[in-house]
Amino acid sequence: MAPIRVLMAKPGLDGHDRGAKVVSRALRDAGMEVIYTGLRQSPDQIVQAAIQEDVDFVGLSCLSGAHNSLFPKVVELLKERGAGEIAVFGGGVIPEADIPGLRAAGIEAVFTPGTSLEEIVSFIRERVKKDHA
Amino acid sequence: MQDKQERLALWQKGLDKAKARFPERKDKFETSSEIPLQTVYTALDRPEADDFALPGEFPFTRGVQRNMYRGRLWTMRQYAGFASAQESNERYKYLLSQGQTGLSVAFDLPTQIGLDSDHPLSEGEVGKVGVAIDSLADMEILFSDIPLDKVSTSMTINAPAIVLLAMYLAVAEKQGVDWAKLKGTIQNDILKEYVARGTYIFPPEPSLKIITDIFAFCAEKVPNWNTISISGYHIREAGATAVQEVAFTLADAICYVETAVAAGLQVDDFAPRLSFFFNAHSNLFEEVAKFRAARKLWAEIMSKRFGAKAPKSLLLRFHTQTAGSTLTAQQPDNNVVRVALQALSAVLGGTQSLHTNSRDEAMALPSEDSVRIALRTQQIIAHETGAADVVDPLGGSYYIENLTAQIEDRVKEMLAKIDELGGAVAAINSGFIQRQIQDSAYKYQLDVETKDQIIVGVNQFTVEDESQPELLRVDPAVGIEQQQRLTELKGQRNAQAVEQTLATVRQAAEKGDNLFPPVLDAVRAYASLGEICGVLREVYGEYQAKDLV
Repeated sequence: MAPIRVLMAKPGLDGHDRGAKVVSRALRDAGMEVIYTGLRQSPDQIVQAAIQEDVDFVGLSCLSGAHNSLFPKVVELLKERGAGEIAVFGGGVIPEADIPGLRAAGIEAVFTPGTSLEEIVSFIRERVKKDHA
Repeated sequence: MQDKQERLALWQKGLDKAKARFPERKDKFETSSEIPLQTVYTALDRPEADDFALPGEFPFTRGVQRNMYRGRLWTMRQYAGFASAQESNERYKYLLSQGQTGLSVAFDLPTQIGLDSDHPLSEGEVGKVGVAIDSLADMEILFSDIPLDKVSTSMTINAPAIVLLAMYLAVAEKQGVDWAKLKGTIQNDILKEYVARGTYIFPPEPSLKIITDIFAFCAEKVPNWNTISISGYHIREAGATAVQEVAFTLADAICYVETAVAAGLQVDDFAPRLSFFFNAHSNLFEEVAKFRAARKLWAEIMSKRFGAKAPKSLLLRFHTQTAGSTLTAQQPDNNVVRVALQALSAVLGGTQSLHTNSRDEAMALPSEDSVRIALRTQQIIAHETGAADVVDPLGGSYYIENLTAQIEDRVKEMLAKIDELGGAVAAINSGFIQRQIQDSAYKYQLDVETKDQIIVGVNQFTVEDESQPELLRVDPAVGIEQQQRLTELKGQRNAQAVEQTLATVRQAAEKGDNLFPPVLDAVRAYASLGEICGVLREVYGEYQAKDLV
């Protein structure tokens, strides 16, 4: 089976990329192929990169509080461009109360501070299994 | 000496026996910087050179003043700002009424990146992590009813620092306050933005030129202003160890001084206004030792490397903030305790000002209640613990003195390495510093995963059902209102004056003249932040990060 491909992205203007980089390395250590976009990406740029890189997952990281406007936009644009099969997950400084809204908008998992790397890796593996089942 | 070593050897035998029967909790004990720790420290471990060091004397290991907090306590300065200038102004007035002694302005991300609130990239970000400032009109509201000669104001602004400081000076003019009476700090530290914080605009070379312009302008016109706050805080937050924090901060500082000296400035004309900003993390003793070592290292760098003569040029004066990255979203009230201990380390380490984080900041911007507890934490340390009554109270501790010397040695090694690479800018361009920080961040996270590092409430001592505290919400309407205000302003101002002053900014940038006077004129004409930075973007170009993971 081909390795799982993940695009890790920083939507918006937030410069906190410790989490995105640590998660990127953990996914790579777990055998996945990871592409990191770098800072200051618009939803449009992220979706373009996801399609171009032919990824299975997009991981969004935002600690600035802009997640409610930026995360759903990525999902919308993916669907619009016929790439709705790419699964989107997110993380950052995100209040518990925002999570149901993000889930409803198609963000499949939201990882808040304190999440273990293990949890994120197994979310991805489980999701892949479900797809192939 | 011989006697002491014999006694220690004997004692060690007893210890080995005891350990054979009762193994220790861990295989090895070490600090965040992987400095191995002995079971106990004795007079044999204390560096002799520091045997009779005193505060307020070279190399200032024990403090920058002779009597420190017995004279005046540190400045209690809570970083705040959100939504509109109006709402932030109200929060400032509340904090001042609660006994806070200095302001610290948080700007939103569009402001920090020199974009107006109506720029497409600003969507969703306006007023989120700080206050939105588009023009002098917003700045006037932000400081309304706050007399600028009575407060000191710190502004966390880097790439567009020249514009925001110009706005502050323009507000002072309108209040009739002499610039010589203004006290405060701009962060203005671009190098750490490239490696840790991310709000850069221009490439390093023009950025360093603007910083030097600010040094030169303020030395003459705003003599009491701290023109830069060279920051290890964010480097540490990004994952660096204590040693890396000090080393990379001092490497950046060396680069700023070299650049200014190369531009023809006299070191003693600007060095007294350089200030620093460090992180207070959770290993209490390592942090205290870190602050002491940093002071000593800087005094030596300034006197030996740069030949500074003015006594004030040698002083490493610093602001401290407790470590945001150690706050947990789980059992958030525990954060109050973390913050208190971290704040204590900053006070024991001799900080000049302090921000204590609020318990809810792993989830959102802090609520007013949480901010009050954070401020009260400082007041309790100041007035109830006795920590402020004796200068450098841990000085002379075998352990602290040893750790101070070890941090100093390790920082020197790293600085030598960075010199070898060609200095801070070269070390950033090659990705060396970014890689160092990332490696430490990843190692730390792996330690948490394996529980080599216990985080109370996260990987141990967890609870099932957590109640959710009330969080501060920034009204999403702020973005739209801010855009409307900007549109109105653009309709009302003198368009010709804006155009002319922006053209002068462009000329100065192209010719390499000091940018401060033309930027000040543009600000006075109500040119927007985005317009001024837009002109500079056209002249200087934008920094393209090389992000490697």
